[in-house]
Amino acid sequence: MEIDAKLGLDVFKLDKEPHIVVKNEICSTVCVNRACLYVCPADLYELDDQHRIVVNWEGCLECGTCLICCDARALEWTYPRGEFGVQYRMS
Amino acid sequence: MEKVDCIVVGGGLAGLSAAYGLASAGLEVMVLERGDYAGAKNVTGGRLYVSPIRELYPELWAEAPFERAVAREWITMMGDGAHTTFEVAADRFAGETPQSYTVLRARLDQWLAEKAGEKGAMVVPKMKVDELLRREGRVIGIRAGDDEIGADVTVIAEGVLGLLASGAGLRAEPAERDHAVGFKEVIELPPATIEDRWHLNPGEGAAHLFMGAVTKGMLGGGFLYTNKESISLGLVVGMAALKQDPDQGKCFSLLDEFKEMPQIRPLVAGGTVAEYSAHAIAEGGIAQVPRLYGDGYVLAGDTAGLSLNALVTVRGMDFAIASGYHAAQAVLAAKKAGDCSAAGLAGYEQSLRQSFVLKDLETARHIPRIIENPRLFTHYPQAVSRLLESVFTIGPQPSRRLVKTLWRGVRKDFLNVATLKDAWQMRKL
Repeated sequence: MEIDAKLGLDVFKLDKEPHIVVKNEICSTVCVNRACLYVCPADLYELDDQHRIVVNWEGCLECGTCLICCDARALEWTYPRGEFGVQYRMS
Repeated sequence: MEKVDCIVVGGGLAGLSAAYGLASAGLEVMVLERGDYAGAKNVTGGRLYVSPIRELYPELWAEAPFERAVAREWITMMGDGAHTTFEVAADRFAGETPQSYTVLRARLDQWLAEKAGEKGAMVVPKMKVDELLRREGRVIGIRAGDDEIGADVTVIAEGVLGLLASGAGLRAEPAERDHAVGFKEVIELPPATIEDRWHLNPGEGAAHLFMGAVTKGMLGGGFLYTNKESISLGLVVGMAALKQDPDQGKCFSLLDEFKEMPQIRPLVAGGTVAEYSAHAIAEGGIAQVPRLYGDGYVLAGDTAGLSLNALVTVRGMDFAIASGYHAAQAVLAAKKAGDCSAAGLAGYEQSLRQSFVLKDLETARHIPRIIENPRLFTHYPQAVSRLLESVFTIGPQPSRRLVKTLWRGVRKDFLNVATLKDAWQMRKL
């Protein structure tokens, strides 16, 4: 099952502003492993055509794995504002 | 600034358990929950062990919206080309007073929020706490957006990441060595199918853990819990192991590979995926439990690092509920004595030390470092399966005596320097 299809099953309430901001100036100078590209269970991180890291924060499951695994501290990461973000119906 | 007796940050099991106890005693309690409802941001595997907490709020559990009482424990060790499953059933697991139940958090937490509300607690959803307010080191309340609310005591039960608590220096930031990521699908299946597949009487449940090839040697494993009309199927992988090994591919795809394994496919066949979720898990044990109280605050549940992966038993929600209970008792005592400073709240940590929470974590002190051993997730599941495979194999050659077959397998896979060293380590389990 495609990850996008899985995320499509979840209820998300989208805020206007992202709750995760990638500081690419740190990614490109300090980071050696780019762990965010493979540790995210929602597969939200990818490289754009200029090899900058972008995060598709809209599908965030709010687990914090990327934050914990980012040695370079290149993520500005908060929870979405109240009532926004994923709303689990079961889990 | 508005002021209440007690603010609880987070409407999960720890926070709601604290709120229930505080409101029951007549205190003015406000629970701030960032989700649309309690449980909207929570994820469990999951199973709740009720035995340790049954006496804390004895009136509550009979009507709790549990899924199934766990009657059977299944463990599957997966090697390449062979796997071994143990199925353990004991009358007492799910007898008159079952020891554990499968649960889904959106249901369980909303119910506990209602119960706390009935006792008089104000449970406010859709409200994210942005900051702990402090004066001269003392926590004096919270800020949420433009609202500031004061409290004599703030119960910080914000979850495993502890962003507020670590931001205020009340605990360390979460470290990858001490954390795992769990991710799962809730897969709908008819109750009769669930009961057939796990050998259950109507209404009974099973917990099924998987070790070995499922995590490709990384610390962790698979889990499967039967709910009333669905199963929760997922994986837990240690973050340090996951990060170390980019060749293992993307983390999320492990779950799809797991579902495609020939041992798992028949278990999920015909099911409909209904939800996908993920959560971090603290697995560092007692060594990463911070100081649990200070001037004007206590830490509870995952924020306090109260969880325990002991390989075959995985716990956290019972610790959360118990820590909420003891937090409430300590706050009540502090309020009564008119001293909500660290000295007045010190009873919280003392009572947790006397309870199963910190006693069990202390007993398990060495487990987090023992389970870092990758052979637990590679060699042993393979070796057990290979040994049993040899016992059941009849080939064209004349057979050996059973004892000889067993001895050859044991000598080859279990009696070498590495495994003897492991055995020496495991005496601490």
